[in-house]
Amino acid sequence: MKKAVLTGAIAVSVFSLSACKEPEAKGIAPKLYTDSLFAVMKADRTNYTKLVVQRLGPNGANVIKPDEHWQDLENGTLLPAQMFRAGSEAVAEMTDEFTYSLQSLWPVNKQNGPKTEVEKAGLEFIAANPGENFYGEEKLGDVTYYTAVYPDVAVSEACTKCHNAHKDSPKTDFKIGDVMGGVIIRVPL
Amino acid sequence: MKKLLWLFWLLLTLILAGYFIYKMAVDSDKSTFLIGEASHGHYQIEMACTACHTDAFGGKDMLQDACMNCHGPELKEAHDTHPKKKFTDPRNADRLEILDARYCITCHTEHQQEQTHAMGLTLPEDYCFHCHRDIGEDRESHRDLPFDSCASAGCHNFHDNRALYDRFLTDNAGGLWLKEIARIAPANAAEKIALHGNPEGSVAFSEALGQHPDVAAEWLGSSHEQAGITCGGCHTGRDQQWLDKPTLDQCQGCHDDEAEGYLSGRHGMRLKQGLSPMTPMLSDLPFKESTLKVQHGCNSCHKAHVFDTQQAGMEACLDCHNDQHSLAFEKSPHGRLLSKVISGEISADSAVNCATCHMPRQLIKKNGTEVVTEIVSVEHNQNMNLRPNEKMIRSVCMQCHNLEFSIDALADPELIKNNFSGRPAKHIPSIDWALRRLED
Repeated sequence: MKKAVLTGAIAVSVFSLSACKEPEAKGIAPKLYTDSLFAVMKADRTNYTKLVVQRLGPNGANVIKPDEHWQDLENGTLLPAQMFRAGSEAVAEMTDEFTYSLQSLWPVNKQNGPKTEVEKAGLEFIAANPGENFYGEEKLGDVTYYTAVYPDVAVSEACTKCHNAHKDSPKTDFKIGDVMGGVIIRVPL
Repeated sequence: MKKLLWLFWLLLTLILAGYFIYKMAVDSDKSTFLIGEASHGHYQIEMACTACHTDAFGGKDMLQDACMNCHGPELKEAHDTHPKKKFTDPRNADRLEILDARYCITCHTEHQQEQTHAMGLTLPEDYCFHCHRDIGEDRESHRDLPFDSCASAGCHNFHDNRALYDRFLTDNAGGLWLKEIARIAPANAAEKIALHGNPEGSVAFSEALGQHPDVAAEWLGSSHEQAGITCGGCHTGRDQQWLDKPTLDQCQGCHDDEAEGYLSGRHGMRLKQGLSPMTPMLSDLPFKESTLKVQHGCNSCHKAHVFDTQQAGMEACLDCHNDQHSLAFEKSPHGRLLSKVISGEISADSAVNCATCHMPRQLIKKNGTEVVTEIVSVEHNQNMNLRPNEKMIRSVCMQCHNLEFSIDALADPELIKNNFSGRPAKHIPSIDWALRRLED
């Protein structure tokens, strides 16, 4: 009898212990994380383009000069794409929890064309499927990344005019509403 | 016998360990640990180990911080075209495996004198290839150009392209090679930012002046006399007592910008690191035999009491410097212009001397709470205008010359040696290529 009770007790202990799993790691899902980051980026990018560059630049009050070489100009200021990159570089100096960049299949600077397979697939996907995003994973160096690609849409004439007229632009017929490139956000997994 | 050998080994080990511990912890002379001569930029401070090695265990990141601590402001001012932040995106991981451009020491490895070439570079000069190999496909003009020619032909620099980017080239194309000679702006930094006022010190002005009539004669007519700076203005120590030999401390009281530049430049960088002052003997540049042991300080160039900037801007340089470029100055077009100033044919603000180019006057805008003060100060850090020499194009050469001549002249080593006596032997086609591209 004693033996049976002991065996039963051990069995119950083993069963209860096996039921004690590690608590599941809770955290924001990568897709929700990158979607949220993009929402902030898109809002800031659109606001800078419309509320600052469009309003105060040559198409508006003409009191600032948005220019690629803005540092050389009195009242010079960054072009919207440069403003976006400046933000990305400033973030990179603060954290390596995520990175983001602006790229295009038709880049003014070739260094901003797609480089990895996921970038290429993502940029092609968002260009062919307006309004949709692209999500993937890729290993760069020793790290695996969750990579999300979001469409970067022309929101004002400041975007289209500048790209269409730029001597290094491979595409010269952008219209407002066109996907001009993509915002690529990476999160190390 | 075996025991004796072991004992001898132990003793030898202890002696060696003791020697290195003493050298590391006690002795101020750390030359034992110098693993190789430092580059031309750092040899002056190679014995100030902690200037760069701020921590024994910091590794590459610690060294990077040390690089940026001194060179960061300069790179920022140069609109650095390849800062670390351009390479931190993971998409560059494959590139970083070949050339980790996030760290200065990847290209500028110190203590490797035998493999260090121009600009302190310790890499083969075709480093541009890793990222820009397909440039020939985009630009006809660049097809078949060798990849070690990008930064060595007067066309590009890795960091500073302020005078070399395409729009600047096209915007500044054409024009006469010699424009109207620019007027040198009078420096006004000291009068705008004087910090200490004009203390009398423990010896009254009239008393001190009476004791040294020769000094008084030199002082009369000087910029200090004109600004009302009397003996006590310089000869007062921190304890408010009379100081026989004023030092950098006293000069810095009013000439702060200049002192900062001096301490960052070739003449004062040793002082900044707490080392003895620079002497020509410590350098491997050619210097006059008679001045080899002269210690550098403000008064080495700015002779006490007179403080004649013309004298400081040329004679003082030639008192020590004995290289071809310096020796050719007086007979050069710039030197002849200076002769005309001395003979009174042209006004003093048209003079070109050594300092006009190597320590140019610069306009600094200082923001106060309500007003912007415009200060003209003299850049005493030669590095700001020295290497690569394209740094001089905008700040110096283009004040009197057009861009094309400036680029061509600075790319001609023989012309530099004879101090620009003649015309450039070779034309650098970068402006032509940029214009053609614009037309296409």
